This record gives sequence, structure tokens and C-alpha cells, in this order.
Amino acid sequence: MNLLPEINFLIKKTKSMSLKRNILDLRKRKDQVRLGGGEEAIEKQAAMGKLTARARILAIVDEGSFHEYDMFVEHAGTDFDMGKKVLAGDGVVIGTGTIYSSPVCLFAQDFTVAGGSLGLSHARKITKIMDHALKMRVPLIGINDSGGARIQEGVNSLAGYGEIFFRNTLSSGVIPQISVILGPCAGGAVYSPALTDFVFVVENISKMFITGPAVIKSVLGEDISMEALGGARVHAEITGNAHFFALSEKECFEQIKTLITYIPWNNTQKAKSFPPKEPKIKTKIENIVPIDARLPYDIREVIRSITDSSVFFEIMELFAANIVIGFGRMNGETVGFVANQPLVLAGVLDCDSSDKAARFIRYCNAFNIPIVTLEDMPGYLPGVDQEHAGVIRHGAKILYAYSEATVPKITVIIRKAYGGGYIAMNSRHLRADFVFAWPMAEIAVMGPEGAANIVFRKEIAEAEDPEAMRQQKIQEYKDKFANPYVAASKGYIDEVIEPQETRKILLHALQISANKDVPAPAKKHGLPPF
Amino acid sequence: MADKENYQVIIVHSAKYQTTYTKKYMNRKVWVEPNFNHINSYIPGTIIEVLVKEGQILEKGKSILLLEAMKMYNNVQMPFKGKIVKINVVKGQMVPKNFLMIEIEPVK
Repeated sequence: MNLLPEINFLIKKTKSMSLKRNILDLRKRKDQVRLGGGEEAIEKQAAMGKLTARARILAIVDEGSFHEYDMFVEHAGTDFDMGKKVLAGDGVVIGTGTIYSSPVCLFAQDFTVAGGSLGLSHARKITKIMDHALKMRVPLIGINDSGGARIQEGVNSLAGYGEIFFRNTLSSGVIPQISVILGPCAGGAVYSPALTDFVFVVENISKMFITGPAVIKSVLGEDISMEALGGARVHAEITGNAHFFALSEKECFEQIKTLITYIPWNNTQKAKSFPPKEPKIKTKIENIVPIDARLPYDIREVIRSITDSSVFFEIMELFAANIVIGFGRMNGETVGFVANQPLVLAGVLDCDSSDKAARFIRYCNAFNIPIVTLEDMPGYLPGVDQEHAGVIRHGAKILYAYSEATVPKITVIIRKAYGGGYIAMNSRHLRADFVFAWPMAEIAVMGPEGAANIVFRKEIAEAEDPEAMRQQKIQEYKDKFANPYVAASKGYIDEVIEPQETRKILLHALQISANKDVPAPAKKHGLPPF
Repeated sequence: MADKENYQVIIVHSAKYQTTYTKKYMNRKVWVEPNFNHINSYIPGTIIEVLVKEGQILEKGKSILLLEAMKMYNNVQMPFKGKIVKINVVKGQMVPKNFLMIEIEPVK
């Protein structure tokens, strides 16, 4: 008798039964982990306007694209009865997904699990996905929502932070690194976001500080709320730690997705190309800018009148608003814009605006994004506070960043280009590829008022009517020097253009510069003044 | 952004520019010339001990009071040889930053 068919049948049956059981068991285990710190903790999170760690990731990535890893990793704590505790995924979610089909690596701290506190396993999960991102040369997005170091794990927590900071530094300038602050991020933990390229914050949810209100009150007697000390608005407006400010998590996620469309996957690639579009704004560009150089206007309108679809994606909108930075597209390609803003503080350079612009210029350079500079500035902000705050070393950062940059660098001088500011704002002398000027541009050591007071000091003092003489001399200086032709006669400006030609000429200059290649002297790294 | 009528003015190299101010610019610290005859608290804290009396003349470097801040005792000393003109604090008093604690005057 042949028993083989029956045996085979039995084997098959038990196999499928046990496979089914195994699958059910797996699902149960995963569901358990997905519950994080439990329903109560999730409700608490929701009451604060906060999504859970996984929901946040799913809201950012393309539908169905997310894969989570290390779900079953257990925490490493043994002291203080920690050995008995189970912490789902050790309070952090890591994985990979896509945003508009571009691959990204992500991690999100889960505040519902032990307050998202960072222990050794938690940190190891984060460093694992960071290593992955660097190896695969894809952007890293980290969502921070954590009470800080897990005190029970002692120095192992600190080791974890250190290993994260080290990887942030190693990856810097190789892959884009994005930090999203969606909860507390205090003490040492703040330094991972600070080392990354872009930091996103949400009003009433994000809180970042080195030392919290309780300690500040006990040692210094200063009474301040968390929001006033290190809330979203503070970091977007005063400290400059945050690059994007949103009123809700939903708005924040949209900002992240938009940013991803403007930047490349890594430093060897270019940002994605889009179909070219004409600007939508119908106002004539020359009508935006008053002829009188002392009157303000919004430089962002000028930017919008030259970018594709008139879209300008501004970065650090609230911080140092006297300089404007951000991305737009020209002929479908990403361009970084740096522009003085006459509407705020007359568009002067100062400590904060120098820091803001310099960092952005270096970002564009690291990730192969051409830079268009729109210049209209009267000089540096005068004041003891500026001098004592180190405007010399801060201002030097702009010079350094522009000089160092090897991506295409194009400048359009709109009105004022005076003194040190003229040199700093991507002048020919810092190796700008193209410098254009509008016909009302003034390239001079300083404005006519100041110059006349110095050059004709004696004549003005000795005149019968000093004020009339001053006005006459100001006019004299204006006629002679307050124009683009002196600089053009020396080749410092390549072409004086009509305002309405600006977009066309920029498109041409970008096209010509597309394969720009300039050698730089070999060095380990430069020493920018930071 | 401000209305046209509400524009503020920034002066750079004698030229007056119409513009708007930032919050940070408006809150900037205006510099005042330091008065070397004023002993101010450079950190908020508590007065642990006042070691001098009004009218007393002290050499440079002599202790005048102890200020506890950040869990440390700070020994506040005479910056030069001088006379204690006025004492504005008492033992146990909590003082904010930049509080005028003691007024002195130089003595030859």
C-alpha cells in the first residue's frame, strides 16, 4: 500500500495550520507594538493636538509606501525595575518610505511610550536608520517628541545622543537632513535638530530649550512659560533655530513635502526638474520698485514676478526678515534666492541676516542648487548692540559663503549696492558668474547723502547757506556716481538691463551655467568664522 | 506689514530710509555708559552677607559682599581703592540681575 499521498496531505495540513497560526501571531505582535503606550496615552496625545508617531509618518509619506523596521526591539534598561517593563518599540518608530516617489528614511519618537525618552535601544534604532540614509544617499526626516534622556539608563542615554549627533555631522552636506519638532525637545536632545539642515516647528506643540523654566526659576528667579522660553514662535522669530513655522501638524507636513520637491536626494544629484511655467503675476516688475531708493517695497513680489508660476517657497520667513531666502523654480529647475528686503530695516545686513543668508548659501552650494541674488541694500545696520554682538564675524560669514560657493552664482542689482554690502552680496569680486544691474542701480562706496557730507565737508561748512550747498553737492555726487555705469565701465557689472528683461536674462544665465565646473584648492576644510 | 503711513525710519550713512522694524530691533538693548562707582549684581541671586558699612574705606580687592547665585557663593570685591557711599541691600535679600547693590567712590 502506498501511504505517501496521505502523509503528504497530513504534512500539508499541519503546515498550513501552523503557518496561519504564525501569521496570526505576527499580526497580534505587530498590533500590540502599534498600540504604543496604550489607548489612554494616545488620547492624551490627541488632546494636545498631536498625532501619534506612526500617524505622523503616514501623513508625510506616499500612501502605502511606509515600511517599519525594528518593531520588536526591546529596551536595554535593567536598573530601577526597568527589566520588568515592556516599552513598545522602545519609544521610537523607524522606517523607509517615499514622498512624491522620492525615497526617504524616517524616524519618529513616540511620546506615548515612556514619554518618548531616549534609552540605548531607542538611540540604536535611530542610528540604524541614519546609517541607512547615509548609505543609500537619501534624505533623513526625524520627528522629535521626547521628554529627553531616559534617566534610568544613565550614561547609556548620553552615549545614544552622542552617536546621533556624530551621524548628523557625518551626513551633513551629503544627504538632506530634516528635523521636525512635534513636542518637547529639551536639554542635549536639541543638538540633533540644530545640526540638521531644516527644522520645522508647530505653534503650541514644539518646545525646545537647553534649560527648562523650572530650573531657570530656581536658580535665577526668572519666571517664564515653556512657550515663551522655547515655543515655536520664539525659534522661528527670535533665535533662528527653526526654518519653518506652522499653525498645525497638518500644515507642517505639507511644508515638509513641498521642501522635498525642491531639494535633491543627495549631494551628487540635482533637484528634480518640473515642467517650465511662466510667472502668473501680471504687475510689471518695474512698477513694484519705487525709483526713490529710500522708499520700501516687498522684494518677494520681485522674486514672484520672475519665478515659474510665481511661486516662491520662503525659508525662515519670520527670522531676520531684512533678508529673504528660499527656493523657486526657473524653467522647471530649483533655484535658491537670496534677496535684501527693503520693507524690513531697509534691507540692511546685520548679525542675524548674515547668519541666515550664509547658512542658506552653503546649503545651496552643498546640494548643487544655483543661487540668484537680488540686491538692494544701504549697508550694515549701525548700532552699539550690533558691534558688540559681533557683526564683524557674523558679517564675514556671507563673504565666506559666497566666495566658497562653486554653484552658478548670479546677481541682479536692483537699486542700492553700497560699500561692504555691495562686496558681500555676491559681487564680481567674490567670483559671481554674472552680475546684472537695473538702470536705476547705484553702485558706490555709500549713498549720495553720506558721501557728499564727507567729500564736500569743507565746501558745505564754508557755504553761506550750508543746507543748499549740501543738497547741491548731494545732487552732484548722485549724477556722477549713483548709477550702474561707473561699475559697468570697469567690467564689475556684465550688463545693465531693463527690469522687464530680468527673467529672460536669468534663464539664459542659468542655462549657460548649467555645467559650471571650477576647481578649488585642495584642503581638508575651510575655516569659516563660526 | 505696516501701512504706508506707519513706516518707520532707518538712517544709514545720513540717508533716511522708510521701512518697518522687527520686534527684535525694537527690543534691542540700548547701550549706556557703565558707571564704575556702581556695584551691580551681574547675576540674579541672594545676598548672603554684607561685609562693609557705609563710610568705610577699603583697598582694591577687599570683599564687600557675598552673593549666592547658581548655587555658588560669589565674592564681590572692591574694583579699586574707595569709600562705601551707600548700601542698597540687606542680608537675605533676593536681587534681580543688574540691581544697584552698593555705591562707592574712589579714594586716592
